[in-house]
Amino acid sequence: MIARRAFVLIAMCSVLAFGCSRKDAGADVAGAAVSLNGAGATFPYPLYSKWMAAYNQLHPEIRINYQSIGSGGGIRQVIAGTVDFGASDTALTESERKKSAAPLHHIPTTIGAVVVAYNLEGVQELRLSGDLLADIFLGKITKWSDPRIAAQNEGAPLPDRTIAVVHRSDGSGTSAIFTEYLGRVSPEWERSVGVGKSVRWPAGLGAKGNEGVTGQIKTTPGAIGYTELAYARQNGLSVAALRNRAGEFVVPELSAISKAAENAELSEDLHGSLTDADGSGVYPIAAYTYLLVHGDARDPVKGEALAKFLWWAIHDGQRFAAELDYAPLPAKVVTRIEERLRSLKAAGKPLLSEL
Amino acid sequence: MAQPVQSPSVPVSRAPSKRARGEGNVGDAVFRWLTAAFAATVVVTLLAMAAEMVGASWLSIREFGAEFIVSRDWNPVTEEFGALPFIYGTVVSSLLALAISVPISFGVAIFLSEMAPDWLRNPLGFLVELLAAVPSVVYGLWGIFALAPWMRDTVEPALREHLGFLPFFQGPNQGYGMLTGGVVLAIMITPTISSVSREVLRVVPRTFREAALGLGATRWETIATAVIPVARSGLVGAVILGLGRALGETMAITMLIGNRPEIDVSLFAPAYTMASVIANEFTEATEDLYLAALAEIGLLLFLVTVLLNVLARLLVWRVQAQGGAAT
Repeated sequence: MIARRAFVLIAMCSVLAFGCSRKDAGADVAGAAVSLNGAGATFPYPLYSKWMAAYNQLHPEIRINYQSIGSGGGIRQVIAGTVDFGASDTALTESERKKSAAPLHHIPTTIGAVVVAYNLEGVQELRLSGDLLADIFLGKITKWSDPRIAAQNEGAPLPDRTIAVVHRSDGSGTSAIFTEYLGRVSPEWERSVGVGKSVRWPAGLGAKGNEGVTGQIKTTPGAIGYTELAYARQNGLSVAALRNRAGEFVVPELSAISKAAENAELSEDLHGSLTDADGSGVYPIAAYTYLLVHGDARDPVKGEALAKFLWWAIHDGQRFAAELDYAPLPAKVVTRIEERLRSLKAAGKPLLSEL
Repeated sequence: MAQPVQSPSVPVSRAPSKRARGEGNVGDAVFRWLTAAFAATVVVTLLAMAAEMVGASWLSIREFGAEFIVSRDWNPVTEEFGALPFIYGTVVSSLLALAISVPISFGVAIFLSEMAPDWLRNPLGFLVELLAAVPSVVYGLWGIFALAPWMRDTVEPALREHLGFLPFFQGPNQGYGMLTGGVVLAIMITPTISSVSREVLRVVPRTFREAALGLGATRWETIATAVIPVARSGLVGAVILGLGRALGETMAITMLIGNRPEIDVSLFAPAYTMASVIANEFTEATEDLYLAALAEIGLLLFLVTVLLNVLARLLVWRVQAQGGAAT
């Protein structure tokens, strides 16, 4: 009995499975639906998911799936070829570049900013220069009443409190951008800590994720930390004005963030650093976030769909950026990306011939 | 093992026909092989995991050797990796959790099995077990918004005032650190320890209690001399199960322990655990040696957890055997 029942069950399962697989195969042939898979950075995820939904409405035959598993995972997966495109908040390192069999290109998609948030009752405005910020994160300045902080904030009611430094404990692009900035403005930071997604922090507490940092800042009087702009805005954190290279104290506004990209150099492979950028009115801790695409796509149908989506993203897609607290790409950068998109190929043929 | 004991007691009066018996034997054989195969998957999975972890961490094992376990340096930028602060953090936070949780859990278990009136026993037991069902991220968020500020403003200043002569309660307190991590772990393992302990106490035969009471023992003396000694190894098993959970807990403790790979004798100071560093850094690690070092931390955690679980199993088996023999 049992054996017979088991046999019937197995038979039913296999019929079902066969039926399903045939149906899937049929659907693939009938509709020319293209499905693109990407994975990577969490930071631009709100914007990417908005883009992908909006683009799917314009082009129902193209479905783009994006998994925000982190930049590191995105880089690993695109190198391994398990996804069609990757996404990263930082440019590929030399060793990552070497691991990839086919050349990968960086496509900047938007600009994000890292803000310095603090919790000090009664202090509406906090102004900090880069070297001061670095010394706070190095643990060299431990009190809010330190004369060096007071010198930049005349009249502010700075309390005699210990500074509670909060940093990200998880590896993140946000930390990479922030430490890059500190390394630029402080030789001591560059020498003793360095730049990276995870570093050995000389002071403070580690909190997991933007939400962890935000939570710790909110509940700890005297705390200072860094988060993405969107998190600080949505949670109503007080953010500091930072001194840029031109000597001005600038609050993180989207226009000030876009300005960083107007003056900064962009490399041959379309990546560049926007931290501590030159120019007036520039906010000093900003960064591009990138999609990583193959210069020579293995699948021409997918390659073409991806190239067209990117073309849309850097033009029409940019209008979605501001409402989600990302800064749009300046025209100068868009022109450079257009050139790159035109150079994308599949089996030697350009993918965007008609544009 | 159980079969030879049971087979004589099977009633033979209604002897099944040969055909029926034959079918039963085929079914039995299939069933035996099937269950054996399922059992084997557990063993194979365990071995495959161990092999995979060793493989994944090989680069780090070769590069650092035994130095990995004793080094205090963890610097992804310069690629120097040592696991000692994480081992320390995991072990100390778990032991701290046990120190807080064990007395409470045993109290809960004794109350539920020995003292509580019948109408209270089941609802209370249910509530205790409900605590185990709360997701750990909820504990973590509650920790950030409620526990950490309370620890910072109330508990830690009080400890410093009364026990500040001990090195454990000195230094700056920020609410995030070893002590807060240990407290949240204690809250999380209390339901595990108390519900297993309650079951263990219930296995103790009623006759033992009656005998003690009959000899004129008070309620306290009955529990202390007749119940707990019998249940001792089972209670140890419950504690070790709780310890296993504390060692592997990731999310809640990551949100509260401060995530600083340093060894500080003060319980107010931030620390770091093995599970936390993997959860924190694995997603963004791309360098081979870095990934291998994280995998080796996983391997160390795996070894500690497996060892403790084996120990707990052995103890639970022992108490089961004792309970069975007594009835």
